[in-house]
Amino acid sequence: MNMHTTHKPSWMGRMAQGLGLALVGLLLAGCERPIPESVQSGYRGTGMAQIYNARLLEVKTDLNQPPAVIPSPGSDGPKASQAYKNVKVLGNLSVGEFNRLMVSMTNWVAPNEGCAYCHQLPNFEDDSKYTKVVARRMVEMTQHINADWQPHVAQTGVTCYTCHRGEPVPKAIWFKSDPQPQGSNFIGDKAGQNEPSAVVNLSSLPNDPFTPFLLGDLNIRVNGPTALPSGNRQSIKQAEWTYGLMTHMSTALGVNCTYCHNTQSFQNWENSPPQRVTAWHGIRMARDLNLTYMEPLTEVFPAHRKGALGDVAKLNCATCHQGAYKPLNGAPMAKDFPELLKPALAAAKVASK
Amino acid sequence: MADYQNLFTTVQAVGPVHHGVALGHGNSPRTGQPLINYWIGKLGNAQLGPIYLGGLGLASLVCGLIAFTLIGMNMLASVNYDPIQFVRQLFWLSLEPPPPSYGLSMPPLNQGGWFLIVGLFLTASIMFWWARTYRRAVELGMGTHIAWAFAAAIWLFLVLGLFRPILMGSWGEAVPYGIFSHLDWTAAFSLRYGNLFYNPFHALSIVFLYGSALLFAMHGATILAVTRFGGEREIEQITDRGTASERAALFWRWTMGFNATMESIHRWAWWFAVLCPITGGIGILLTGTVVDNWYLWAIKHGVAPPYPEIFPAVTDPALSTGVKP
Repeated sequence: MNMHTTHKPSWMGRMAQGLGLALVGLLLAGCERPIPESVQSGYRGTGMAQIYNARLLEVKTDLNQPPAVIPSPGSDGPKASQAYKNVKVLGNLSVGEFNRLMVSMTNWVAPNEGCAYCHQLPNFEDDSKYTKVVARRMVEMTQHINADWQPHVAQTGVTCYTCHRGEPVPKAIWFKSDPQPQGSNFIGDKAGQNEPSAVVNLSSLPNDPFTPFLLGDLNIRVNGPTALPSGNRQSIKQAEWTYGLMTHMSTALGVNCTYCHNTQSFQNWENSPPQRVTAWHGIRMARDLNLTYMEPLTEVFPAHRKGALGDVAKLNCATCHQGAYKPLNGAPMAKDFPELLKPALAAAKVASK
Repeated sequence: MADYQNLFTTVQAVGPVHHGVALGHGNSPRTGQPLINYWIGKLGNAQLGPIYLGGLGLASLVCGLIAFTLIGMNMLASVNYDPIQFVRQLFWLSLEPPPPSYGLSMPPLNQGGWFLIVGLFLTASIMFWWARTYRRAVELGMGTHIAWAFAAAIWLFLVLGLFRPILMGSWGEAVPYGIFSHLDWTAAFSLRYGNLFYNPFHALSIVFLYGSALLFAMHGATILAVTRFGGEREIEQITDRGTASERAALFWRWTMGFNATMESIHRWAWWFAVLCPITGGIGILLTGTVVDNWYLWAIKHGVAPPYPEIFPAVTDPALSTGVKP
């Protein structure tokens, strides 16, 4: 009798213990390891802080190491335009500089495929491979970025490696998404959102914020300029699209909202960290590059390099940043390649004549 | 001795089960055979059923089921009728309100038409259920406090999905039907209208929300703590104060100088709970209709505190000349 009454609660107790342990396990499953570090960046009590996870930061640091630079042979000697045929953009480089850049580009973009990735060997001047046509345009794009987009890339600049990282196609590119992938026209519309998309950090926000903002120039700003209504008709839905773009930027740079914004007022510039201005130019830069350089290449690319809707690969913040607040954590690579720092339009014209 | 020092019901008082009092003319019979379940008795009354369905209950269930099914079918269609993806992505799936360009007109079914139909049935279902809570309370000779508390929640529901969209002239302002999507909507709402935390009615609503939780915890803990003296019979003790009531009162008077009574604590709880959605609904209704930017409103009226400038001076690059578009 006595045995009976003591036995029953202990069985119950064990069950409760097991349940308790399972609950604790479930709760801990939501934790991050190690404990993230919070670094204050603004006035106390305003929540202006950046959250860093040392383990993930280490992985990111390893992924963002700049490659070794081949020493420059100097600008003496004959020009590339004299030594080689069909050099349209880099003709005013010396043969030594030109070959150094070509080898560097191979290392940056097609280390496994080699020269033959772009060139129809043995005829180096042959333009029949689409990759060569694209590469030439990309060199021009790099020069354009370094010369005309200094409000965003500053003196750090970019090279092919900033995006390519040793791969023919950069890891982070985007295509237009199909707004009606199931083909139904009367039920099940996703309205461009509501699926776990990596673009918006697995939230259910609109997952192609690039088409309206980094290709089109729809209004990103949704806040009105006055306390009381004065004609601002931006909707909550539009705010979600902006939110989608901003979530992409946050993920692409590995930073919190507060890296650029003062959350007291997301719109207010006066109390914003200065990085926000850099980011503002970055949005315009991505739009410019997509419109001026990528879209016109649509017909050059073969079908297997295009998206489901037949559009060309385009760039966004992640294409260069790849999780780092500055691409390659700010390593100043471009300074070693002065030929990539300015447009060589005059030289290009000379060479094509 | 320590029988009442508990978090779960340890003593289950169970009498013969029956259907309850006879009901007057115009009432339905009750549905289902009552049964006694030990585990249910751990949490509440061990008797399960019968339930009163009636005309209003039936209408509410039918309308609610139509709304629920339409939402579910839209979600299922959005994953191409794949049951596995339906389960995997369930929290992401959603039925979205129409694009704002449709205004208050009836959009095509797939462009928010389903959303409006669901809204109609869901609202009807909730209204029928409200009428049911009112009617059942009257039939039982009770006050209608529960119905009016429910009406406070319905006020917030109608503000979000009916009153405010009409005032704004667009069904696109309504809240989507989805787990994550409605949370995203909430965040986007605050972002669009310049930080909802500067909306004083939002602040009031939070006070009553957290206050409700605090009061509930205080009251629940107090009653559990004096059940060993018969404190769970709070209603009798309103008029016939016993030692449980006295001790509970003394505890709070000694610890914070003031105490509610066995009666007034329930008024406190009712008002806190009811004021949470009422003030919240006012705050939502004012947003976009009367106030467009709560941050600027708070600056204008000295609500938002000025913080020292930490960052180098930054100006909107869109205003300066000579910049890239």
